[in-house]
Amino acid sequence: MDSAYLIETIIKVVVILLVFSALAGIGTYFERKVLAFMQRRLGPMNVGPYGVLQFGADAIKLFTKEDIIPTGVVAPIFKIAPVITAATAFMAAAAIPFLPSFEIFGYEVHPIVSDINVGIIYILGVMAVGLYGPLLGGMASANKYSLISAARAAAVFISYEVVTGLAILAPIMMVGSLSLIDFNEYQAGGIGNWIVWSQPVAFILFWIAAFAETGRTPFHLIANDHEIIDGFGTEYSGMRWGLFFIGEYANMFFISFVIPLLFLGGYGDGSFLGALGLLAKMSFFFFFFLWTRAAWPDVRPDQLMWLCWKVLMPIAVINVVITGFVMMF
Amino acid sequence: MSLEAFNNRNVTEGDYFLCDIEDYPQDGWGKFKRVVKRTFRGELFVGLWVVMREMIRFDIHTIQYPQEKMPIGPRYRAVHQMKRLWESDTERCIGCGLCEKICISDCIRIDTRIDENSRKEVTEYTINLGRCIFCGYCAEVCPELAITHGGEYENASDQREHFLLYEDMLTPIDKMKAGKQLEFEGFGSITPHEDERVKKTPLAY
Ligand code: SF4
Ligand code: SF4
Repeated sequence: MDSAYLIETIIKVVVILLVFSALAGIGTYFERKVLAFMQRRLGPMNVGPYGVLQFGADAIKLFTKEDIIPTGVVAPIFKIAPVITAATAFMAAAAIPFLPSFEIFGYEVHPIVSDINVGIIYILGVMAVGLYGPLLGGMASANKYSLISAARAAAVFISYEVVTGLAILAPIMMVGSLSLIDFNEYQAGGIGNWIVWSQPVAFILFWIAAFAETGRTPFHLIANDHEIIDGFGTEYSGMRWGLFFIGEYANMFFISFVIPLLFLGGYGDGSFLGALGLLAKMSFFFFFFLWTRAAWPDVRPDQLMWLCWKVLMPIAVINVVITGFVMMF
Repeated sequence: MSLEAFNNRNVTEGDYFLCDIEDYPQDGWGKFKRVVKRTFRGELFVGLWVVMREMIRFDIHTIQYPQEKMPIGPRYRAVHQMKRLWESDTERCIGCGLCEKICISDCIRIDTRIDENSRKEVTEYTINLGRCIFCGYCAEVCPELAITHGGEYENASDQREHFLLYEDMLTPIDKMKAGKQLEFEGFGSITPHEDERVKKTPLAY
């Protein structure tokens, strides 16, 4: 392995870490503003013009707050749980091509850390490992609400892994590769080639499952608002809680990148316009996460399980079978 | 409108009618049909549209509190004020002690003395706002409309006993001279045009 490759990879990793940590912060600002406007409020207004520096104030607060480890918790696990959430979220980013490759000072840059041949499986797998953050955090907290919430989170995550996997099985069969770059090449011909037209059901299923994977509002059972308790994060304070937060928002961003890459043509032919298109699609999906939070109520856990196992999973299986038949004949 | 319509609980007569609620499906096929119907009715998009409409309309109802404040009604019972007489600019309070007597949370303390002109003079008058429940009895019982409630509701304090002194409550003399004293308009205040309604009383009946 030559050192140029090593240096390039390290730079890419650092850039992704910094950009998406900052984006997670800015994401909270957008979330508050969008939610506020939809509820006829103004949202944060006092820190900086129109409150744009609010996330800076929040960051200072999170970094400087006392790090409380309550008595009675299983300290090592309690301490490592938020790191798992944040780390797995960023690890998943390694196989996502964020932009088409471009040239800078005569040097070709591929904005993907590593184009491994099992890209999608890797992303989904690592995101699924993120489940251990809430699960271990809740179980180590010595708090009943945390424990219940951790159990709920585990149930939701594991159930929806099934839907996610089956939903993208059909597109994978069509493309014949697991790399997101190959997915992008498959759809590079223009809007008519997007997988969403041939696999609309898989697209909807994957989108629904994305809400469960990120724990966003219609399936926001991880931190249970009606108990007025922040679920598995109840006992956390300061930056440990902040890591859970960054993990959640980074996950939202990454999923918002993955959905267009899989179904909506990604960055297209790799031109500048295509790159802008990918960012626009990503922004739409991120905005949609906020939009549903303002519009839709949460569902009960048992309804969520019913939806997953009795509705979405059969549809996904039927979709795979039909795709198989169509490809065969 | 009489209250009879509301007090009549006999549902067989009057304007009562049965709501048109479908029975819950009992069998599997009925439940399945209900699920399909609800799925394709698109109600989720109605919710999305409603919030999007409000965001586009941008009809913000936020009041940015420290900079902007809501107007409050004249009968709002906030921190007390002591009024002066319009005619002579002297204090209205005659030291009768009724307010101290009626105060149900026992937070008014008043001390008086006979001054050089043989008039009763208030020497001490404090209200402990930490105890006051803002019931308004003191303002209501005052025969002189001297103690009233004002509109100043921002009275946070760093200790439980937060005393209001007589001088703090009294209308400042320069404000009085400028004719800016606000008259209390709530319950028990003088009705407008009271002067025109005063009748001459003959000395002998
Ligand atoms: S408002 Fe009520 S509690 Fe407060 S001083 Fe007057 S009588 Fe007492
Ligand atoms: S009731 Fe009125 S006049 Fe009498 S002592 Fe209290 S404030 Fe003064």
